[in-house]
Formats: sequence, C-alpha cells, structure tokens
Amino acid sequence: MVFLFVVFVGVPILINITGRWDFYFTLTSVALLAIASAGVWLTFYIGRINIGQGAFALIGAYVSAILVVKAGWSFWVSLPLAGLFAAVVAVVIGLPILRLRGVYFAMITLVLTQVVTLTALALPITNGAKGISSIPLPSGVSLYGLQIIPDFGTMESTKLAFYYTACILMILTYAALYRLVNSRLGHLCRSMQQNEELASSIGVNISYIRILVFAISSFFGGIGGAMFGSISQSVYPSSFQVADSVNFMLNCFLGGLGYVFGPMLGTLVLYFGWDVLFELGKYQMLVYSLILIAVIRFLPNGLLSLRLRKGAEK
Amino acid sequence: MEQIIANGVYLGSQYAMIALGLTLIFALMNVLNFAHGQMYVIGGFVTYTIYGQWGLPFIVALAMSCVTLAILGALIEKLLFAPVIKGSAREESTMLLAAGIAFLLDALILLIFGEKQRGVPKIVNGVFNYDFRLIMPYDRILVCALAVLSVVSFIALMQYTKTGRALRALAQDRVAAQLMGVNVDRYSMIGFALGALLAGLVGGLLVTITGVNLGMGGPTSIKAFMMVMIGGAGVISGAIWGGIILGFMEAIGLAVLSQYGDITYLLIFVSLMIFLAIRPQGLMGKPWG
Repeated sequence: MVFLFVVFVGVPILINITGRWDFYFTLTSVALLAIASAGVWLTFYIGRINIGQGAFALIGAYVSAILVVKAGWSFWVSLPLAGLFAAVVAVVIGLPILRLRGVYFAMITLVLTQVVTLTALALPITNGAKGISSIPLPSGVSLYGLQIIPDFGTMESTKLAFYYTACILMILTYAALYRLVNSRLGHLCRSMQQNEELASSIGVNISYIRILVFAISSFFGGIGGAMFGSISQSVYPSSFQVADSVNFMLNCFLGGLGYVFGPMLGTLVLYFGWDVLFELGKYQMLVYSLILIAVIRFLPNGLLSLRLRKGAEK
Repeated sequence: MEQIIANGVYLGSQYAMIALGLTLIFALMNVLNFAHGQMYVIGGFVTYTIYGQWGLPFIVALAMSCVTLAILGALIEKLLFAPVIKGSAREESTMLLAAGIAFLLDALILLIFGEKQRGVPKIVNGVFNYDFRLIMPYDRILVCALAVLSVVSFIALMQYTKTGRALRALAQDRVAAQLMGVNVDRYSMIGFALGALLAGLVGGLLVTITGVNLGMGGPTSIKAFMMVMIGGAGVISGAIWGGIILGFMEAIGLAVLSQYGDITYLLIFVSLMIFLAIRPQGLMGKPWG
C-alpha cells in the first residue's frame, strides 16, 4: 500500500517540487523495462537463463506499431494482441529450444535477439532500418458513453498519462507474477528449478509447464515493448538489441533471483543509476560498471538479499 | 571457388582462436565470459600502441598484448570471479559479473584509447596472386599461419604439459581434480589467464588487417558464443571446429548471397537455431554440459 501511494501520489508531487520533468520519462521507462524484466525473472524461475527478452519486446513493439499505423486499430486493442503475438512466437520457438539447458539456452536466446533484429531489417512490413515512426498517441476509449481512458493526444501532459499507464501495467504485472509464484504452478516451477528429471518423474508435465512459463514471460516482454514503442512513437530494429536483452537479465540478477520484486528494484537501480550518473560525463560508464561489479562482488545474491540477512520476512 | 576456400580458412583460423579462449574459460569455471570480445579489443589496442605508435617490432607488440591480457585475466579471476563463485547462491550470478566487467573494460578502452578506429602499418607488403583466381595479401597469409601455429601450440600445451593435464582434469571434474592434488584455485587462475591471453593474441594479430575500434567487442563476443555453441561448450576440439565452420559459412555467405543484402547472418543464425534444436549439445559437446 505504501508502495502504491508513493508511486501514484508521492512521485508526481516530488517531481513537481523539484521541477525535474525528465524524470517522468525515466520512471516510465523503468516501469516498462521492469515489466519485461519480470518475464525474464519468470524464466529464471524454471531454471532457464533468458537473454532473449529483447527479441520479444521488439516483436511486441512492431506488432503494436503495425496494427496502429497500418491497420488503424486502437492502441489499447493492439497492446494485448502484441503480448499474445509474442507469446505465440514464444510457443513456436520454445518447443524446440526449451529442451536446451543452462548456458546453451542462454546463448540461443541471445542469438534469438539477433535473429529478430535482423528479421526486422529484412522484412518489408517492418520498413527495414527506417523503422516505423510517428505512431499516433493512444486514443481514448469509452464504453457506453463513459470515458474510461481519455485520449492521450488531447491531454496537456502526456508524460504524466504515460507514467500512470506504465505504473498501472507494472503493478498488474507484478501482482500477476506474485499470484503465479504463490500458486500451484509456482510450486511446480520451483520443483523444476531444482531438478527437472525429479520433477518429471513425480509426474509434473515439465514440457507443458516450461512452454507455458516461457509464453507468459514473452507476453510480458511483448507488452513492455509495445508500450515502449507507443511512448517513443517509433520503432526501429535497433530499439531492442542484444544489449537490452542482456540488461533485462542483469536487472533480475541485480535485484535478486529469489525475490518476486527483485527485477523491479533491479531495473530501477540500473536504469535510474545510469541516468543519475549522466552528470559524470565520460566517466559515467566507468563509475557505473564499477558500482555494478562492487554490488555483485559483495552481494552476489542480489540487492534484496540485504533485507534477507536482516531477518525480514520473505 | 578457391577464393572462397582461402577466405574461409583465413576467417576460420581467426575465429577458432577466439572461440578457444572462451571455451577454455567456460570449461574451467563454468563462466560465460561476456567480456571476451572486450579482451580481444584490448589486445588489439596494445599492439596498436606498441607497434603502430612506438614503432617497436611487431613480435614484441604481440608478446606484450599476450602478457597484458594474461595479467588482466589472472587479476579478474583472482579478485572478482573466484570470490563471487564462492559466495553466490546460484552459479549464474557470474554472468552479471561478466557483463559488469565487459562494461568496465569498454569504459577503460574508451578512456585510455579513445573511440576512433585505429589501424597499423602492414607487417608485410605484397599480394599473393594465383592466376587471378586466388588473391590473398601476404600479411593475411602470415596472420593465418601464425593463428594456426598458436592453435597447434595451444593444443600441444593442453595435451603434453603438466599444466595442460591439470587444466583438463579441472575441466572434467573439479572436485575429483582437487582430490587428486591439483591446486584448483591456482589452475583456475592460470586457465583464465590463458583464455584471456588467446583473446589478446587474436586482437594483436587482427589489428594488422582489420584495425581495431571500441565497438568491436560486443559483436565479437556474440560470434564467439556462436562458435562455442556449434562445437559444443567447453570442448576444445569443438571450439576449433565451430570457428572453422563459422568462418566458412561467413565466407560462402558473403560471396554467394551478397546481392541479396545483409541476410548472411540472418541465415547463419536461423540455421544455428535449427541445428541446436536437433543437436542441443553441439557437434562434440557432452549432453547438458
């Protein structure tokens, strides 16, 4: 509850006081990247290292952009469709590659990111390297004359609107994730993380579960990517690349793999930290990487392990 | 046709060396070294500084590249990887560390060497020309020969020396090696240094042909991952095969598909994914290595 209050009331007030309007964009990005990272975290949960989330984010961004620009659909319809499409792709690709484990899976997902980027460059519908630009802002939605979502184009402060949308999406994602982890499926996932053969011998349908989890994970990736495309109003093959995929993974590691809210914190720290260090100019990268290394050197189980050591709950 | 084969051999020998270093580190420590490409770039820049700027003989520069990277690799292993591996609950945490090191090395390269593309004067002039069917500059032939020589000596090192035997034992089974009296910590460091040294050596060799720049690190790492996957992670012969296969695929693709634009890599990636779906452990890897 405190968290919700901070996100929806505290942050806008703080930004109003300090006048740093650019933080809205930063925080919106954090929220969206956290959604995609949640997906990566979920694949970690079944014991797979996923460096392919950039691919699904890019797919989601393109699906949404194409539906909005070329087919003229509403953004709010295209958003779940983008997620679904990413999930379908994940099922098709996941069938063969989810049999791989450990580093093999990690590397093939890394390659997958490259494949999607190169495909986006080669296909005609994605416009090649030029990408799709000037995507219209999300339009309003009204049900029975009741305005549910206002038209983003007519609003004075789109930044605030996007911030709220992204935060709501993020909270929904993490609520879903929390629910999932504490459900029967979550227990099955944990059993797979520890020992797949054993889980399978007890009667867990491991191939079904891992594809399901991978699809959900990619769904999150697609949603995050689609929203990101809508905010920046453009999609390019380079919108999400290997570096982004690696970053999604780092978010999870940094926050801590054992905690549902780990990826959220990880994204916040990584992305916000990068932004704050911008003041340092050319030493930005140096300081950033040193901090990153220091964190992993002294807290190898993620930032949230600090809390664990103090004996707090969960 | 002859040209394609020659290009394939040339590319393949370079790639094999990059993949060797990566696979060695992986076999010993179970670490996916994201910073491998950056190490390669540093090797290139050291050679550039010593040979291109200070004007010392090329062989000295090459040796310095190796020494610098070996020291760097040993330090990274001793100070960062070893403690993190001991302290973390899940082995994968080392990937975050490796990525952090990749960022750090990138930052250091930027600060020390700048972001410009650098090249060095040719080591030997002239072009080998066989009836206009096979055209190969002499320096490429020399670099290729040196690469093959290093690969051979690396294999000899692994097969016939005490260090090599210890490293192979370590790669097979860490605990068993320790029980047999192998100083695991020491040889992990040596192995990591050796892997980094190979990266530096390739960097030093290739700077004479392609030059070197800051942005080369990441793509090189990805290529190295692919080669390791083709051959099977942690297997030395696999890395060599992977390098040669990728080198040939690239040479053939660039020659045959050039009129269709830049789809060579797309095809390579897709075929790699299909290949791995059928044979997940690569050509020579152990299943679920």
